[in-house]
Amino acid sequence: MRKSLESVAGYLVGFASLFLIWHVASTWLVSSVLFPPPWKVFVKAIELAEDGTLWEQASASLSRIGSGFVGGSLIGIPIGLAIGSFPIVRRLLEPYTEFLRFIPATAMITVAVIWFGIGEGSKIFLIIYTTVFIVIINTAAGVAAVAPNKIRAARSLGASRAQIFLFVAFPATVPYILTGMRLAMANSFVTIIAAELVAANNGLGRMIWDSRMYMLVDQIFVALLVLGFLGFTADRLFRWGIYAFAGRFSPVT
Amino acid sequence: MAPAQAPGQPLVQLSQVSKTYRSMSGSDYPAVRDFSLDIEPGEFFCLLGTSGCGKTTILNMVAGFEQPSAGEIRLGGRVIDKPGADRGVVFQGDDSLYAWLTALGNVEFGLRMRGVPRREREDKARHYLELVGLTGQEHKHPTELSGGMKQRIQIARVLANEPQMLLMDEPFAALDAHTRADMQHELLRICRATAKTVLFITHDIDEAITLANRIGVMRAGPASQLKGIVDVTLSEAERERTDERFTAVYRQVHEMIRDELAIALKRAN
Repeated sequence: MRKSLESVAGYLVGFASLFLIWHVASTWLVSSVLFPPPWKVFVKAIELAEDGTLWEQASASLSRIGSGFVGGSLIGIPIGLAIGSFPIVRRLLEPYTEFLRFIPATAMITVAVIWFGIGEGSKIFLIIYTTVFIVIINTAAGVAAVAPNKIRAARSLGASRAQIFLFVAFPATVPYILTGMRLAMANSFVTIIAAELVAANNGLGRMIWDSRMYMLVDQIFVALLVLGFLGFTADRLFRWGIYAFAGRFSPVT
Repeated sequence: MAPAQAPGQPLVQLSQVSKTYRSMSGSDYPAVRDFSLDIEPGEFFCLLGTSGCGKTTILNMVAGFEQPSAGEIRLGGRVIDKPGADRGVVFQGDDSLYAWLTALGNVEFGLRMRGVPRREREDKARHYLELVGLTGQEHKHPTELSGGMKQRIQIARVLANEPQMLLMDEPFAALDAHTRADMQHELLRICRATAKTVLFITHDIDEAITLANRIGVMRAGPASQLKGIVDVTLSEAERERTDERFTAVYRQVHEMIRDELAIALKRAN
């Protein structure tokens, strides 16, 4: 309890100093309309929140991240488990994963838009794309890292191959899967903004791009601030989830 | 429970067993050559040897994790070709425990895999947790328990499965000296209570004398074989390091293993 209070206090002080530095920099050091101070951005944020635009844009981006991230994880986990478990699957699929993971999702934006249009399809495709390889690679690495004695013990206890997969290899891999998903989540934020900057009808990326055209610098900063906040929150939730549900799964504590 | 077996027949028979490993460079390493040994039902057999003498190789083959390159191993007359629930293995480290399961979950794992109904397997798991002295710790996870307690879980997990024999690969080597001595006496008590046949691997002469009915001393590798077998007829009270008869057995075993130790040391340096 005391420890969590201390860490919350630490965060608050850290964020306060961030805003303080921002304030000092924009008010005295730069002093330009191109770099608004935090209070101006907050005022703008409240304004945008009240008229509903902020929610609309943020939720557009978030729902794309959400569905792509969940979809990518659902595809990636079983493939990763299969690659980690069966050498034949590894040999067959490794060319795909090893080749495609070096083509960043941002490079695929144009292709995605050509294939799926500027609607939701292309965004979700890109988030799935950016999620799936990280999840696959981490999951497969997790399977490979399962202590051989865990498998041997299960065999000596009378478990079948399928049972070993389901009740030993899979749970032992959970921490790796969650780590992969957490990394994928961070990538999803990068990808969605890039995709929305290039082609979208709404979303935080689109909001940044539109604001640029009208020189609404405050509004750009609102979008940046919200992105930071959402990313931070999503990551904390994930970390909390890992801790709450998978702390026990961890090989080291 | 046990399959039909002729009376007076050994439970485990290793006949002319050899194991050769192929190294990365393609050259062969003969770990064990023409190794023969009979283990009687109900006996506590310690295989004692220096590091690298192939004693774990023997255990892995009896467990069915590895196949002999030549010769055969029989359990109750049947040739062993894969791991099975009739041989419970206790490993040296704690990495064989399932960190996501509680102590109870670990102990009932084998029963669960073999389709034993929940009530029955829980009762059985609790019984064996009690036997190894872990009552009250059922719902703790392995990470919350000490090294000694984790080894107790391993022993209970194996016993709950009611195997014909236990295979123990230096199960106490990673424990501190006090916990180790404590666990050795606990194991003796548990073995008396369950009358299990045990094949126990160790490099520790004291440990072997404390536990065994018979000690098989191995030659230093490669191509290791049994150098000789020492019968340990000590009573329970005499299984203390300070006992005169204990030290007499110690000298006898030490005499046998001394040269092997020298060979192993020379090779290591």
